[in-house]
Amino acid sequence: MELAALLFWPALAGYAEAAIAYVGDTVRPGRLSRFAIWGVRFGWLAQTALLIAEAVRANGFPWATWAGSLNLFVWLVVGAYLIWGCRSPFRLLGLAVMPLAVALFAVAWVAGGAGSQRRGEVGDVFLAFHVGFVLAALAGFTLAAGLAGLYLWQERRLKRRAPGVLRQRAPSQEALDCLTARTIAFSLPALTVGLAIGLARLVVDGGGFDALMAVAIVVWVAYAGFLWLRHEAGWRGRRTAYLALAGLALVLASLVPVSHF
Amino acid sequence: MRLVLVGTSHHRAPVELREQLFVSAGDNSELVGRLAGADAEAVVLSTCNRTELYLVHGDEEAAQARAHAQLTAMAELSESEIAPVLYTVMDGAAALHLFRVSAGLDSMIPGEAQILGQVRSAYELAQEAGTTGPLLHRVFRQALRVGRRVRTETAIGENPASISSAAAELAERVFGSLEGRRILILGAGKMSDLATVNLISRGVDSVFVANRSVDRAERLARRFGGRAAGLEAVEEELERADVVVASTSSRGYVLSAEQVERAMRRRKGRPIFFVDIAVPRDIDPAVNGIEGCYLYDVDDLERVVEESVAGRREEAVRAEAIVAEEADRFRDWQLSLDVVPAIASLRALAESIREDELARAEGRLGSLSPSQRRAVESLTAQIVNKLLHPPTVRMKEAAAAADGVLYADAIRHLFALDDADTPRVKGK
Repeated sequence: MELAALLFWPALAGYAEAAIAYVGDTVRPGRLSRFAIWGVRFGWLAQTALLIAEAVRANGFPWATWAGSLNLFVWLVVGAYLIWGCRSPFRLLGLAVMPLAVALFAVAWVAGGAGSQRRGEVGDVFLAFHVGFVLAALAGFTLAAGLAGLYLWQERRLKRRAPGVLRQRAPSQEALDCLTARTIAFSLPALTVGLAIGLARLVVDGGGFDALMAVAIVVWVAYAGFLWLRHEAGWRGRRTAYLALAGLALVLASLVPVSHF
Repeated sequence: MRLVLVGTSHHRAPVELREQLFVSAGDNSELVGRLAGADAEAVVLSTCNRTELYLVHGDEEAAQARAHAQLTAMAELSESEIAPVLYTVMDGAAALHLFRVSAGLDSMIPGEAQILGQVRSAYELAQEAGTTGPLLHRVFRQALRVGRRVRTETAIGENPASISSAAAELAERVFGSLEGRRILILGAGKMSDLATVNLISRGVDSVFVANRSVDRAERLARRFGGRAAGLEAVEEELERADVVVASTSSRGYVLSAEQVERAMRRRKGRPIFFVDIAVPRDIDPAVNGIEGCYLYDVDDLERVVEESVAGRREEAVRAEAIVAEEADRFRDWQLSLDVVPAIASLRALAESIREDELARAEGRLGSLSPSQRRAVESLTAQIVNKLLHPPTVRMKEAAAAADGVLYADAIRHLFALDDADTPRVKGK
């Protein structure tokens, strides 16, 4: 079995175990979240090794294909989740993140992006930074959407006065609201840098302004609008949570298809 | 020595009798002194739900009689009247009971937190009175560890068990920490008081009381270092408050949805948590539909508490397993006490032989340098330790299997340990 497969399957198994454990933890709070977080850690370490092995084998930046990008994107999302996911109130976020990670990681593998020995179509430094920053930003937006989803889920439970509302460990509404905004505030500069590098490359190579660039700018404007509404217009809570989800929907519905198909 | 527990609790005794048997911290030292006398160890655990006397004595019947005499005198009842409500358990069963108590498994509400502190206080009071010995030290320290372990490894104490703590935890679910938050109290009754105490214990630092009678509002506000006003000031205060606790005796709503909506516009989306513990309710239920507002009435809170207590009962099953494991450990330790004197005598004998032999060889060792001498000391000590390690371990294992006494007797016989006058086996 080749090295990529040796690393891919344990990573996928770790993520899948975590996803199942998170579902179980939602049904019976407190029992399985510890297993889940260890699954995430194990899977993420295996995927890290996989990415390193890929980079070494390709002698450069092997994630310029869409499947390769997806692989890197999953790693960034799970890595960002791990920043908070280790704290027990935030483990519930794994319920949103891990099933998505499993599905995307499997798609990346099937499409050859997690085990490909092929070098990306363009392996230059420009592209590496452009793709890296944009993917990091998208991972942040995905996580922010997860946090916003958790906010809305908990708000619904609080509003409905669900008797078991306290049995499920979860962060406070204010913490979720604040973290959603903070994650977007960190991700937007990454998107800005990624877009700037892309624009610079266009200028250097003499390329034209394409649909992808237009959509990327729309996404940038949407998230910048989110931050402006929050800080200047005082938007909070449910409204900003819906905005964060709408932002991700915009990314999925426009940026991803335009860039890869 | 036997560990004897005599006591009663909410399972057997009515509250009137428990009141009679309650021992205050001030009286505790005197009582443990009387119970211990000159020949026993004693700890008295007394809470509103139980009074339990833990004694360690060579004669279990004497210990029981002493405990019964004290409890009978305290209850001012005859022996035959008090006997049906008392329980007596000994040794491992007594330790198991204490561990369950410490873990909150014997409490009215499983996992309640106060009991662990009460067990600690009882132990400390007995320590100060000088009535604890090796056995009570061991069992109480282990009980405290069991209590902590159960609360760490299970979720038995995590969810609220009272309406006021449920309200406070729900507020924390909205705001996170309540440090520095503002609370607005509508009404100055006892229920507001309880809820406010709970919120203040979690860090709320600014209290505003609004009531029809400003005098009563001021009295309550003074208790919490807050401010007071009439009900007409509520709408303005809503702009600043994070938590609102309502418990007036008004027949209609004191706070309408329109008032809250106006306040929310000025608050720029900052959330607000309403607790309506008044019957009839003080706050228009439509408030819960306003964005950023969370409203819980007394029925909602009761349902949260019921669910939480049910969750505690589920966790109690896991806690029982921990308690049983610790009780087994205590039992092994207690049984090992049977062989400890034999082990100690055997080790003392071996050590004396080693020292004697070194002394006898002094003439031949005289020319050794200090470091060489230390090496010889160390070598001989290691030989003794290695020789004695297997019998020591085996005897402790046998003690756990209840054969310890046989092994201890055999060791005493084979090494002539019982004969106090037996000269140490000097090199023959």
